[in-house]
Amino acid sequence: MEKFLSGDEAFAEGIRLACPDVISAYPITPQTIVVEKLSEMVEDGSLDAEFIHVESEHSALSCAMGASAAGVRAFTATSSQGLLYMAECLYYASGGRFPIVMMNANRSTALPWNIYGDQRDSLSQLDSGWIQAYAENAQESLDLALMSYYIAEHKTVSTPFMVNLDGFILTHTYEQVDVPTQEQAKSFLPPYETENKLDLDNPKNMAFSAGPDTNYIFKYKEHAAMRRAIPVIQEAEQKFSEIFGRRYTGLIDAYKADDAEYILITLGSIAGLCREITDKLREDGIRAGVIRIRYMRPFPADEITEAVKQAKAVAVLEKDISFGNEGTVFTNICSALQGAGLTVPAYNFIGGLGGRNISHQNIIEIFEKMQSGKAGRVNFIGIEEGENA
Amino acid sequence: MIKPTVREKKVFGVADVPEDTSFEAGYLVSVNSGWRSIRPVVNTEKCVGCMQCYLYCPDGVISIQDNKAVIDYDFCKGCGICSKICKPGAIGMERER
Repeated sequence: MEKFLSGDEAFAEGIRLACPDVISAYPITPQTIVVEKLSEMVEDGSLDAEFIHVESEHSALSCAMGASAAGVRAFTATSSQGLLYMAECLYYASGGRFPIVMMNANRSTALPWNIYGDQRDSLSQLDSGWIQAYAENAQESLDLALMSYYIAEHKTVSTPFMVNLDGFILTHTYEQVDVPTQEQAKSFLPPYETENKLDLDNPKNMAFSAGPDTNYIFKYKEHAAMRRAIPVIQEAEQKFSEIFGRRYTGLIDAYKADDAEYILITLGSIAGLCREITDKLREDGIRAGVIRIRYMRPFPADEITEAVKQAKAVAVLEKDISFGNEGTVFTNICSALQGAGLTVPAYNFIGGLGGRNISHQNIIEIFEKMQSGKAGRVNFIGIEEGENA
Repeated sequence: MIKPTVREKKVFGVADVPEDTSFEAGYLVSVNSGWRSIRPVVNTEKCVGCMQCYLYCPDGVISIQDNKAVIDYDFCKGCGICSKICKPGAIGMERER
């Protein structure tokens, strides 16, 4: 059924269709609507779940872990400071291999205090062992809510999954969204079954300590499981397209990149504007292209390098900066380029921090700088002295 | 009374380590009592098998055998709680040599 929904509302609809058994979350702008909607669904009986009111994000994820350790499907959601507050638990959840799904509304981190969108919150947690996906629009948000459980709970993966929505730009913007039926969702997403649970008939020691001999083997296994998510993502998208008729493109979403000379790599909701500019530049005979990263973890190194191998220059536009170095997405991409032996010039453009607007003109200028080569390695959009920073 | 026993320590390879952070409960491979300076000693004449020490022991090292408390010195840390809680005064604390 077609509905007019915000990104947050669409995500809540997706979670309703995924039928989690336990939801524990603490409201924080701009994620609040997800928690409000889910609590209303539990209240009116359209979602049969335990809704646990917690006093903090640390408790929210701890509760979700407890639920997952009892063998049921768990959900939580947060943003910004809330994500940072639950950071300790992120590593517990991934190390315990609890396939919890979390929605994170991408928002800047204090200080200065700010509630608007950038991606510094989730990108700071790339090493926490969670699968990380970035949605572009409300429909993809709903669809990722369903697909995330399929991928996270897959027996070969069993890894928690964070779905990121750009704060306000996506969480609060209304779009037409196709909401599938419960029957369709059921045929897509099997019930959660696991051996990784508290079981009276088969008592286990869970969530224990492990010394130097074995600890690193556990870490190796976390890494291997995350890499195994790559074929499972493809499997999920194939099954999803058969049932819902919408086809997703794996770890990246490449637009006119096949023959592109100048490729802009980005993630999240800004990608739509970048594609629009690409079309405009193509009319002027400039072979522009866009790659939208859908998954930051597992990182699509092979997919990106394959897509840019013919390019004359690439630029990475991200709402993040790792102070004293460069944008973290850029670091990841440069590592992939080096690994593939590509020596294409690569430029990093930092923008949108604290929700600052990234304009048409900003993106046109990024393509111009790619062509002229007159750009520093790291460039802060709109700040003169930020060039060649 | 089910009590885990100390087993032979083996080297775990990648295939032996489980996927998730869980393992068979009570899998003990090494003793752990090195820092004990005093040890509880049960006077079986006085012990009435009331199980209070068994219930209070924070390390779960006390079992009741033939209606008498038995202490597992491989894991007892010597905290003395059993001695404190013992109403008949059957558990005394003796200095470790």
